[in-house]
Formats: sequence, structure tokens, C-alpha cells
Amino acid sequence: ASCVQHRLVVRDASSLQLLQLYTCLDQIQYIEWSSDSLFVLCALYKRGIVQVWSLEQPAWHCRIDEGSAGLVASCWSPDGRHILNTTEFHLRITVWSLCTKSVSYIKYPKACQQGVVFTKDGRYMAVAERRDCKDFISIFVCSNWQLLRHFDTETQDLSGIEWAPNGCVLAAWDTCLEYKVLLYSLDGRLLSSFRAYEWPLGVKSIAWSPSSQFLAIGSFDEKVRILNHVTWKKITELDHPATVASKKTIVYKEVEKSPTVDRERLSFPPTRELASSLFSTQSKYDISQVPVSLQYVKPVADRANPKVGVGMLAFSADNCFLATKNDNIPNAVWIWDIRKLKLSVVLEQLCTIQCFQWDPCQPRLAVCTGTSRVYLWSPAGCVAVQVPGEGDFQIVSLSWHSSGDSMVLLSKDNFCVCYLEREEV
Amino acid sequence: MGDWKTITVPVLSSDSKNILSYTSEKKISPTSMNSQVLRLSLPSSKNMYSFFSAFCTEENLEQSISYIDRELTTLGFPSIYAESKGKELNLVSIINCMNELLVLQHKNLRAQEEVEMQHMKLGSDMDHLQNCYAKLKEQLELSKREIVGLQERDRQLQSKNRNLHQLLKNEKDEVQKLQNIISSRATQYNHDMKRKEREYNKLKERLHQLVMNKKDKKIAMEILNCVGRADGKRGAWRTDKTEARNEEEMYKVLLSDYEQRQKQLLLENAELKKVLQQMKKDIISLLPPQKQKPKEKSEDGLVLSDQEEDIGELNKENLWELSCETVREQLTNSIRKQWRMLKNHVEKLDNQVSRGHSGALNEKDVISREDHELETEKLELEIQQCKEMIKTQQQLLQQQLTCDDDTTLLLQDCYLLEERERLQEEWRLFREQKKNFEKERKSFTEAAIRLGLERKAFEEDRGAWLKHQFLTMTADCNNPNATTPSSEPDIRSVKSASRQRKSPSVLSSPFSAEPCQTSQYIAQNSVASEKPAADNMPNLWVESDDKEETE
Repeated sequence: ASCVQHRLVVRDASSLQLLQLYTCLDQIQYIEWSSDSLFVLCALYKRGIVQVWSLEQPAWHCRIDEGSAGLVASCWSPDGRHILNTTEFHLRITVWSLCTKSVSYIKYPKACQQGVVFTKDGRYMAVAERRDCKDFISIFVCSNWQLLRHFDTETQDLSGIEWAPNGCVLAAWDTCLEYKVLLYSLDGRLLSSFRAYEWPLGVKSIAWSPSSQFLAIGSFDEKVRILNHVTWKKITELDHPATVASKKTIVYKEVEKSPTVDRERLSFPPTRELASSLFSTQSKYDISQVPVSLQYVKPVADRANPKVGVGMLAFSADNCFLATKNDNIPNAVWIWDIRKLKLSVVLEQLCTIQCFQWDPCQPRLAVCTGTSRVYLWSPAGCVAVQVPGEGDFQIVSLSWHSSGDSMVLLSKDNFCVCYLEREEV
Repeated sequence: MGDWKTITVPVLSSDSKNILSYTSEKKISPTSMNSQVLRLSLPSSKNMYSFFSAFCTEENLEQSISYIDRELTTLGFPSIYAESKGKELNLVSIINCMNELLVLQHKNLRAQEEVEMQHMKLGSDMDHLQNCYAKLKEQLELSKREIVGLQERDRQLQSKNRNLHQLLKNEKDEVQKLQNIISSRATQYNHDMKRKEREYNKLKERLHQLVMNKKDKKIAMEILNCVGRADGKRGAWRTDKTEARNEEEMYKVLLSDYEQRQKQLLLENAELKKVLQQMKKDIISLLPPQKQKPKEKSEDGLVLSDQEEDIGELNKENLWELSCETVREQLTNSIRKQWRMLKNHVEKLDNQVSRGHSGALNEKDVISREDHELETEKLELEIQQCKEMIKTQQQLLQQQLTCDDDTTLLLQDCYLLEERERLQEEWRLFREQKKNFEKERKSFTEAAIRLGLERKAFEEDRGAWLKHQFLTMTADCNNPNATTPSSEPDIRSVKSASRQRKSPSVLSSPFSAEPCQTSQYIAQNSVASEKPAADNMPNLWVESDDKEETE
């Protein structure tokens, strides 16, 4: 599904054939599929309206109007039948039920990075709240929206919460002024708290490993600390120095390949393909010899939220690799082998990394840097794939299909789907 | 020397100012005079003569002579006067005195030379020492200056050090101050933030109230028709029961997670325990049976036996099901002990090896490298040979398996023919041998028959001869003594004879005829009985008679 202005376009994923076309009242800011892929919600923040469309019954429609309360965020509940709207100024979260037309309210939600999280199995929802200058976490049962647990956290300013994939542990971390990560069990008990250091800027990003065994914490001091689920103590620190010196690390460097122009084939006026091929630069990967020094960017010290530290963390689906990005070295993706807790690969790109995502099935990482190429890495090697087409297609973000066979590449105005062939065995 | 001058006043002229010239009173040759040039500022030879003449002239001859005499006597020389005769001079004594004086002069000169030499030496030594002294003084000066310089530097460095320490302290203080400032600012900010937040909350509340109060009809949900729940169930009311059920479910989820984890941990534990047990067994098997020290042996033997008992016990009890402290501790302790023993053993081996390398001790346990290499070569050769054999066999097998029917048949026929030929040969051989055997047997039997006949004849002769003997002997008296001792060898020989009898009878069993046997026996017996000497004839006679009777 994609939206254009005020229209929602639904296409088939394998053929990109147009299936449905819906028109909304105003410009759509946000769309989300329901978990059973039967409904799509379109949120129109400016109007404070959420419209829901059904795929099976194109004639069915639903419209939720928040009125003067405004709308800041909207999302589905895991069962696909409730919509949670966050009103303006985070006044409250309204839970609209599509089955019963009933409404529930959650008061005092917290305005933070990640305030509402659902467990992977969709049973429980954790909401970060703040009352009287104190942070609380409420755990709700998604089936009937009953409050299960409500407890306070020892944080200064809760910045985010995240469920472990096994649904039994909730990680909560503090604002970046304080390095504090708290781990709560499902029933609200504090299991452990982790604090690496006191004064410098703290946690920037957090990721759970798919098996819930590890919690990776990326911080502003350019390090990732990994905690284990048995003792909740740090098992290792992964550093991101500007010089990669270890002999066992493979460094792939993206190198521009100058296009070779066949003199004989030059024709006047130049054909379109020729022109585009001349202007678009090919690139390939080269293996650089260790030690390699990467491009280090020293951030401006005055600004808030500096581009320092480990900003992106992602575990691979098979729990074997962790991909990180150090914002000080914005052109490199660091891939760590979790089984050995060592740095295994560094991908050095020509431009700043915009987004990377792991394949949900295999240990395959797709990276985009704002150029018209998507880069794929797997333990077998890495490849730079050019998006064919005219003009520049600057990939800003990407998203994998759940089967791992295709992925969507998004640029500002367009998107394209990249299909990956499976090897015939 | 100056005294002399005063004594001999009248004679001397102004030349006597040369005080030292008095050392040369006598007429000394100009050459010897010149030898004293250096120290003695003697007048020249010309003056010398004039001076000599100045002391003694023709007028004061007597006086000068008496004076000289007086001087000489005071010096210890004999008088130059001839035996108090007055004015007659004793030439001999004069000459002697002169000689003595000369000798003295020479001595004095030599002494002077020596003294001068020494003087020079001392002078040069002095110079040298003065030079050394001067140099040392200079050096001392230099080192003093250096010391002063170094001290100065040291002082400067120390002061720098102090400054740096001071700076460090200052920095630390500053850091502490800054930290304090930060913390105080942080608390201030927190306080301010809280204040602002409270204001903000108030605003939010106000806004919320306004929003809610407005009863906005717009806040509504327009829906075409209700959608069924995803799981098809109907919605439920909120009651305490549901709350309880929620709690229950939550706890169930937690419990199941914990149980899963525990299971995993148990499995891991069990595996690790198995591995440890295996390791323990391996270590025990690696360790050699301790022979060396009896003390150790007894201890280790005890320990080992204990541990073996333990192992037995533990194995019996299905260790991995127990997880109590004591069992765990036992296992880990025993493993540690074994590991230590293994470590010691390995260290010992290392020492042995190093000793072997350095000291070249020939220990019997250690196989020398050359032997080892030889063995390995031999083994390799053997392996090669075996391999070749296997190859050839394989080839043959292959040939058998893979060749065509015709060829197989032919081959088979060939083999059969071969075998048949071989069999025929063997048959032939067998038959030949059989024939040979038959021949031999026949010859044997003929020989035996002949022998029997001969024996018969011999026996008859013997019988006749014995009869004759007996008849002759009965005249003499009997000897009872000779019987018993000789009976033993006779018995033995009879026994051997009987044994010998058996063996030929076995050989010729198919052809054993009674007479033949007995004739053989008799023959053997007679042969045996012939061995003892002819002295025992009467006994033999008795024996053979007995034997014949017993037959």
C-alpha cells in the first residue's frame, strides 16, 4: 500500500498490480496495515481523522474523528481490531474498537521516543506514563484492555521502552542525560538496572536479540554494551574506533567504478540510456587491507542531540550478527559476530548511511545511503545493486518483505520493489 | 770547605774566593778537573796551574808540606813524613796518600754524580707531580663546576616538578569543582524542569477539561458496520474474574518462560557434567600408574581408589539427576585433583624431555630417536608392501570380475588344469613314496626274519656255551655278592629293552607275527644283556632264565 497525497493505492506485492484505490478526505500522513492484512488505516494528522479501509469489502469504510483533541500518532493494536490514537500534546490515548464501537482512554501518556509498545505475541501492551513529574509504566492486557500492572520507574525522564521478544521482560531507558537502563519483568518487578557511567551522554539506541538472550545498548560514547539475560550484567563492550586494526575483520570499501564508454557506440544525439549510464556512477566493493582508518566526523560541540554515538542497532534474525552504525563515522556499517563477540565486517560506503535492515529470514543486510544503489551484505560477500531506471533514484529508506524475497526501496517521491532471486538448489 | 780557607790564610791569594777549588788541592790532571765542571765553578786549567803554584811556592815549601801533613793526619791518613825523621818525606806514604785522596776524590765524584742524578730525578718527579697536581686541580675545578651545574639543574627540575604537581592539584580541584558545578546545575535544571512540567501538566489538564467539556459531537466514530473480532469471540465484560484471569495468564506466561529457561539450563548443566565426567575419565586414563615413590603411591593409590569408588558411586546414582551441593562439589574437586596430577605428570615429562635434550641421558624408557626412526621406516616399508599386495590382489579380483565370460571360462579351465596337474603330480609322488615305503617294509621284514633266524642260531649257541660254562662253573663256589648291584643296571637295561621292544613293534605292527615279536624281544634282551660285562655271566644266565620263564 502506498499513499499519494490523499489517495491510498493498494497494490499486489509480487506484481505491483493495482488492486484498490481509496480516496481520503485530506492528505494522508501515515498509513498502517492491520496485523491480519485486512484493513489499512490512514491517519490524517492535520484533520485529526483516521480513516480505515477494508480490503475485502471495498465499500466498507470507517472514520474516526478526534475533533479538537487533535491527532499526533495512530496505530493498530495487535489483534487488528482496535486503533490507538494519541491526541495532541499527548493528552491522552484513545482506544477505539472496531468491533464494539467502544472507546477507552489512557491518561497521561508520555511523550517520548517509544511510549507504546506491544509484545511480540500481541498479548500485552506497555505504556509509558508520567504523572506529577514521575514516570510510570502501565501494562495492559490487549484482549480486554484491562490494566494489569502499574508501577513507577526510577528514571529521571523515561525515554523509551521495549519488550523482549519473549514477552517477559521490558527494557526501559532514561533520557540521554542519564545512562540508565531498567529491566522489568512482566509482572512489574524490577529485575535489574544497568548503569555504565555517570556524566557523559547516555543511551542512544537499544535492541533486543531475537532470542531475548541479549540486550544491546548503543550509547553516545561510541560503544555498544551487550547484557545477557541470565544475570543482566554486561558481557562485552563493542567499541567503534576510527581505525580498524584487527586482522580478522574484513573491510569492504565501496569504490566508484568509472564507466567505460565505448567510443564507437557514441552517437549524436546521445541516447537516453547512454546519458544515464554516463551520469550514474557504478560502484563496486573492494576489500581494503587492514588497518583501515575510516572517515571520522567530529561533531559540533554546542548543539543538542549531537551526531555522536551509536545511533542504529539491529540484530539479524538468526541471532548471529549485530549491525551497528556509529554516528561519528557515518559512512560505515559495523557488523559484529555475536557468537564470537568480535567485529567481523565493516562496510565503508561513499555516502552517509541512511538506513539498514536485516532480512527477516536470513542473515542478509540491506543498506541504503541515499544514492541510487542498494547494498546487500551476507556472510558470503556483499554486492552493490544499482536501481535501474532513468534519473536519480535516491533511496532514503528500505523495508524487507516478511518472506525475505523482496524489499521496498523508498525515495522521496517514488518507491520501487526489489525482488531477490532464490538460488536454485 | 770555607774553614780550610780560614786556616790556610797566609798563602792563599784572592783566588781563594773560589771556595770549592779547595777540593782539588793536589795536582790533579786537567782532565779530571774538567769532569767536575757543572757544580764546581772551577777556574780554567790555566788558572789551575797558577793557583796550584799559589798555594805552594818554593819559599813556603816546608810550611805547606807540614800543613799538608797535618791535614792528612787529621783526615786519618798516615803521615807523609818519614818516621818522625823530620823533614824527610816518605814518598811511599805520600803516594799512598795521594792515591787514597784520589780514590776518595773519585768516590766523592761518583757520590756527587749520584746525588746529582737523584737530584735530577727528584726534580723531574717534582715537575711531574706538579703537572699532575695542576691537572687534578683543573679537573677538580671542572667537576666542582659540573656539580654545581647539576645541582642547579636538579633544583630547577624539582621546582618544575613541584609546579607540575601544583598544577595537577589545581586541575584536579578544578575538575572537582566543575563536577560539583555540573551536579548542582543538574539538580537546578531538574528542579526547573519539574516546575515547568508541572505548569505544562496544568495546562494539559485545563486543555483536556476544555476538550472534554465541549462535548464535541465531532468526536465520534463513524463506522459502516461493526467488524467481528479477529478471533471470533465476543467481547467480555470487565469483572474481577477477568482481572483474576488476566493475572493468572500473565503469571502463566512468566512461569512458562522461566520453566523453559530452566529446562535449557538443566540440559546445559547435564551436558557439562557429562563432559566433566568424560574429562575426568580421560585424565585418569592418561595418568600413568604411579610406581616411583611408595609414599606417593600409597597416597595416590588411596586417593585413586577413593575416587574410583566415588566414580562408581556417582555413576550408580545417575549423577545428572542430582544437583545437590555436595555432589557438585565432589565432582569439581575430583576433577581439580585429577587435573593437578595430570599437570604434574606433564611437567615431569617436560623436565625429562629437556633433560634428555641437554644431558643426553640414556633412559631405558625413552626410545632414542634413531630407533624410533628406524622403526617408523620399517613400518612404512611394511605398509608399502602390504599396500602393493593389496593392489595386486585387487587387480586380480578385478580381472576376475570384469573380464568376459569366455576369458573367465578359459581362465577357469586353466586353473582347473593347473590344479589337476598339480594333483596328478602329488599323486605320483604319493605313489612313489608308497612304493618306497613298501620296499622298505619288505626289507625290514626280511631283515627282521633274518635277524630272528640268526638270533635263534645264536641262542642255541649261547645255550650250548652256557651249559658248558655252567657245568664248568658248578665246580667252583657261588658268589652271592655280585648279584644285587648288577641287577639294577640289568633291570634298567631290561626296561630299555622292553621300551625298545615296543617301538619297533609299533613300526611293524601290521606285520607283527608272534614269533617275530618274541624273537625280537629275545634279540633285544640278548643285546642288552650283552652290554654288561662278561663278569656277570652267571647272573645273566639267572636273569635270562627268569625272563624266559616269565614269558
